[in-house]
Amino acid sequence: MAVIEVQNLVKRFNDLEAVAGVTFSVEEGEIFGFLGPNGAGKSTTIKMLCTLLKPTAGRLTLAGFDVAREPDAVRRSIGLVFQDNSLDDRLTAEENLYLHGLLYGLSRAAIKEKMVEVLAMVDLADRRRDIVRTFSGGMRRRLEIARGLLHHPRVLFLDEPTVGLDPQTRSAIWQHIHRLRREKNITIFMTTHYMDEAENCDRIAIIDHGRIQALDTPDNLKRQLGGDVVTLTTIDDSRLQQEIAGRYGVRVIKDEEGLRLQVSDGATFIPRVAADFGGQINSISLRRPTLDDVFLNLTGRAIREEKPSVASLMRLNRRHGRRRH
Amino acid sequence: MQPALRAIYTIWYREFIRFIRERSRLIGMIGQPLLYLLIVGQGISAAMGFRGVPANIPVNYVQFMYPGILGMSVLFTSIFSGVSIIWDREFGFLKEVLVAPVPRWATALGKALGGSTVAIVQAAIMLFLAPFVKVPLTPMMILQLLGTLFLISLALTFFGIAIASRMETMEGFQMIMNFLIMPLFFLSGAIFPMTNLPGWMNFLMKIDPLTYGVDALRRLTYAGADPRVLEFLVHYSLGFDLTVIAAMVLVMGVLGSWSFSRQE
Repeated sequence: MAVIEVQNLVKRFNDLEAVAGVTFSVEEGEIFGFLGPNGAGKSTTIKMLCTLLKPTAGRLTLAGFDVAREPDAVRRSIGLVFQDNSLDDRLTAEENLYLHGLLYGLSRAAIKEKMVEVLAMVDLADRRRDIVRTFSGGMRRRLEIARGLLHHPRVLFLDEPTVGLDPQTRSAIWQHIHRLRREKNITIFMTTHYMDEAENCDRIAIIDHGRIQALDTPDNLKRQLGGDVVTLTTIDDSRLQQEIAGRYGVRVIKDEEGLRLQVSDGATFIPRVAADFGGQINSISLRRPTLDDVFLNLTGRAIREEKPSVASLMRLNRRHGRRRH
Repeated sequence: MQPALRAIYTIWYREFIRFIRERSRLIGMIGQPLLYLLIVGQGISAAMGFRGVPANIPVNYVQFMYPGILGMSVLFTSIFSGVSIIWDREFGFLKEVLVAPVPRWATALGKALGGSTVAIVQAAIMLFLAPFVKVPLTPMMILQLLGTLFLISLALTFFGIAIASRMETMEGFQMIMNFLIMPLFFLSGAIFPMTNLPGWMNFLMKIDPLTYGVDALRRLTYAGADPRVLEFLVHYSLGFDLTVIAAMVLVMGVLGSWSFSRQE
């Protein structure tokens, strides 16, 4: 059963068409990855799903409720974990959860009961009476996930849930996400910049220029790309990019690693290119396609080139500045 | 509980716990009016005579200033509480509230009630100082003063919310402080009487809504005093003052809730 249904969703800001007709559905209990470069329409789509932005056209239903007509019912059915911290860091973990429960209309007894459960789930039971200011980044993120779950949502939205966390914490967060799905059959709708993490999703949608460019399981997306990825470093990347593309009729992408091309059979391609361009090539490497390649192929941009926006960097600086005082 | 009541209570409760927890804020907010009352007040009255006081009327400058300082304490605390939604926005908590299934006007009202509660607690502490400046207060007078202060505070917190809803960052806060809040305070008649002033200043004081708040506070504080004292200290009737204050609550309430609901 589909828990999220999106039909011909359009959002225009004056002349700019940020979302240009998007259609997809997400099944109950699925981990759904929503990927795209900055400015692709990713955040705009999520904001519309969360009732924070009104669509220009199209139909959105979430947990059976019409997002435009029943926004409060939708808000009760979803849990949100934002990319930026949205906890009150002067309050304790318990107080943050308590306020959330009140806002979502839970009874005091229900809040108390749920609180114990969600705090145990994210391993924060022993820190429940501590002020959030003393928490590490990973603990805060876990507490936000716990808070997002407090009111029994059907869908949990995770916007970059692991950004800025160390690898160990990232994998811990992923363990929690998998456990949630296993134990609660909760649907998870997430965005991420880490392609290795996107592998954890059941299905992935890649959005660019306001449209869905591809939607499938990670394995199928990689299979559709086909063949092997060959990366060459050469003495003159710009010149050879065109010559190689011209000779073999393949698309050659140039980036900081060198020249990258997709070929159907890498093992036989390497001796050919080595013979044809011997002396101009410094190194050749061969690997299976990854989601990075899928993303690059569809959007023309590598997702890891994405830098945090200036605004979010400034916010981080200011936050650090404040803490020092 | 109704979603609106839920939001009002939750936001109020949050303001309250934060207030209780931040002792430094409490001390800071009481410290400033205290500084004005004890140092500025004593200093001015020691250096200069209180001009314009009719002969044989027993009132000194510090006594004149005391109700104004109550108003000042409420002014700063309330505006600061309202404007603190910029901090909430910057450090995230506001987002959590905006996506909750509750109406936004109720969130703004909860914030305003929270700010007023904090302001009232501080004003109550200031009232304990009354005997030290030889201002006798009865319990009834204290209740009337607190009620009036609460209404003034509600209007001012909503005003702060309206300002904050239109401000992008906290850098603008200093501007607001210097060009809006300090003039509002100086022109309210809190630290000098509305007599013997140039016409333009008299006009500015008349359009400062806080003037009527301070006037009401002064009348309530000296309700039991010599009628000649009242005549010198107070310029408007209590009914008129309270009407202006009520209108201020209404206008600021609508403006604050509307501005707050409109933000993305």
